[in-house]
Amino acid sequence: MSAEEAMIQQKGQSNVDSTDTEQKGADRVQFRRMLNHVAHGLFLLSTLVGVVVLGVLLYDIIQTGWKWVDADFLNNFASRFPEKSGVKAPLWGSLWLIGVTAPLTFIFGVGTAIYLEEYAKKNWFSRLIQLNISNLAGVPSIVFGILGLTIFARGWGLGQSVLTGALTMTLLILPIVIVAAREAIDSVPSSLRQASYAMGATRWQTIYKVVLPYSMPGILTGTILALSRAIGETAPLIMVGAVTFVYFTPGNIFDAFTVLPIQIYSWTGLPKEEFQEIAAGGIIILLAILLTMNALAIFLRNKYQQRNG
Amino acid sequence: MLKTVESTGVSRFKKKRTWRTSWEGIIPKLLLLCALVSILTTVGIVLTLVIETASFFQDVPFIEFITGTDWTALFSESQQEFGILPLISGTLLVTMGAAVVAIPLGLFSAIYLSEYAPDRLRRTLKPILEILAGIPTVVYGFFAFTFVTPVLRTFIPEMGVFNALSASVVVGIMIIPMIASLSEDAMSSVPRGIREAAYAMGSTRLEVSLKVVVPAALSGIIASFVLGISRAIGETMIVTIAAGATPKLTLDPTESIQTMTAYMVQAAMGDISYGGTVYKSIYAVGMTLFVFTLIMNLLAQYISRRFKEEY
Repeated sequence: MSAEEAMIQQKGQSNVDSTDTEQKGADRVQFRRMLNHVAHGLFLLSTLVGVVVLGVLLYDIIQTGWKWVDADFLNNFASRFPEKSGVKAPLWGSLWLIGVTAPLTFIFGVGTAIYLEEYAKKNWFSRLIQLNISNLAGVPSIVFGILGLTIFARGWGLGQSVLTGALTMTLLILPIVIVAAREAIDSVPSSLRQASYAMGATRWQTIYKVVLPYSMPGILTGTILALSRAIGETAPLIMVGAVTFVYFTPGNIFDAFTVLPIQIYSWTGLPKEEFQEIAAGGIIILLAILLTMNALAIFLRNKYQQRNG
Repeated sequence: MLKTVESTGVSRFKKKRTWRTSWEGIIPKLLLLCALVSILTTVGIVLTLVIETASFFQDVPFIEFITGTDWTALFSESQQEFGILPLISGTLLVTMGAAVVAIPLGLFSAIYLSEYAPDRLRRTLKPILEILAGIPTVVYGFFAFTFVTPVLRTFIPEMGVFNALSASVVVGIMIIPMIASLSEDAMSSVPRGIREAAYAMGSTRLEVSLKVVVPAALSGIIASFVLGISRAIGETMIVTIAAGATPKLTLDPTESIQTMTAYMVQAAMGDISYGGTVYKSIYAVGMTLFVFTLIMNLLAQYISRRFKEEY
């Protein structure tokens, strides 16, 4: 009752103020609405900048490099002559690097994640590890290159080998894998764990047979995405001394190697214009590998999800 | 008969248990070793940087290093100067340019995705931004050098082939997805009730976004800016390819400059003798870079923890 009365009173008051203020209020509402529309357009445009840039970038690269991509391009080594140049050495170097990095990252990444999620007590030590991991994720990749150069290449005497590169890359992408694996493990419902314990399973049996299979899609997706970051990295491998002009493919993990991004970088810097077109061709191969890895991640996730469902 | 069954049962049980308990005891230790790898990585990074940098400072006085305005490390030995200020100014020039591009665009994208975008459009836009984030930096560098620079030079003809402007624009584009997705995460964790209260008071979408959601998510948004800037400081390939290799103490973005990261690449690519002053200078520059990014990362963590609004 009293609220109604107050409203009536207010209405009476506003009537006294004549229609002038009402008109002003309507104008103000209109203005605020217009402002909202303008901002909506501005925000949409800003978001589209990223989309447009991606489109232009892909179009520019495909248009420049597509004519160079053929079977010869995949089977030739680098050369002084543009028409004889190819990506055989860096392509195989990149594949070797990923092949060695993948198991190392998986073991150390998932191991750390299991430790932190399942075993570590909530004390200063596990907090230290966590803080350390989140800080490592922010260290520039080139600094990992310095570490690889000092410890693996010189300290352990591994030189400019595939193994040096793979160890460096492992340390670089480890934080990403750990975070992804922890999230995946954390998402396992506790009822599943308890059911396993209730059946008399030990802690490790529960982890190995219940927690890991359940979280595997998330772990694999995270690992593959981290590896696709590794395959595009250039700077740390330049630091450890992966050389540009390699005229052979690695035969084992102690051989010298080069990778696609380094080859692309060195072609980009050459004065002849054809080499920039070849660089674009190399980029097409690199992006094709990345696309394949992402598709693989999605495929694995779907496959495992069906099984779990 | 009953007795034997019982006794064998017990003994089998016991045997299994000892095998299992030892395995159960070893596993956590193995996993702890995995976890220690990340600690050892940090220790390794800090130790290598500190040791070699300390030895660098025996050749070059510390004061000269941080106040010198000439960096001519790769010149012949008699003309070598190791003043890091030109490399720092180059890095900051590119970083500031990148921030000018990425902060508004990243924040606006985040507001659009979190507050305005219809669900279906958001599900298309987010993967596209993720693809943008997954493009290797060497590809961005190529793009800066062969596309952005020629385009910019049609507007500013006097600008050189290598310039800070093109590199900073592309570095900015590279960090947009990072700022957008971290800011959007912060905004979408703002409870719906607060938004709805503001709508009920007659606010427009813009007012809800700018006066309610952004202030509530401010700690996360600022942290995303700081992390983006830290990423720009450590970015290597774009600046190596597009910004040039001439260390210069300047704030003019149309000039060719050199960043700390680009110097490290240039030195590592060249023929430098192991153990010499130039070799050690890579570590000294790396140390400076590491300190810069570490401060930014700690700052981001501090902001997001200290100023977090709890609901």
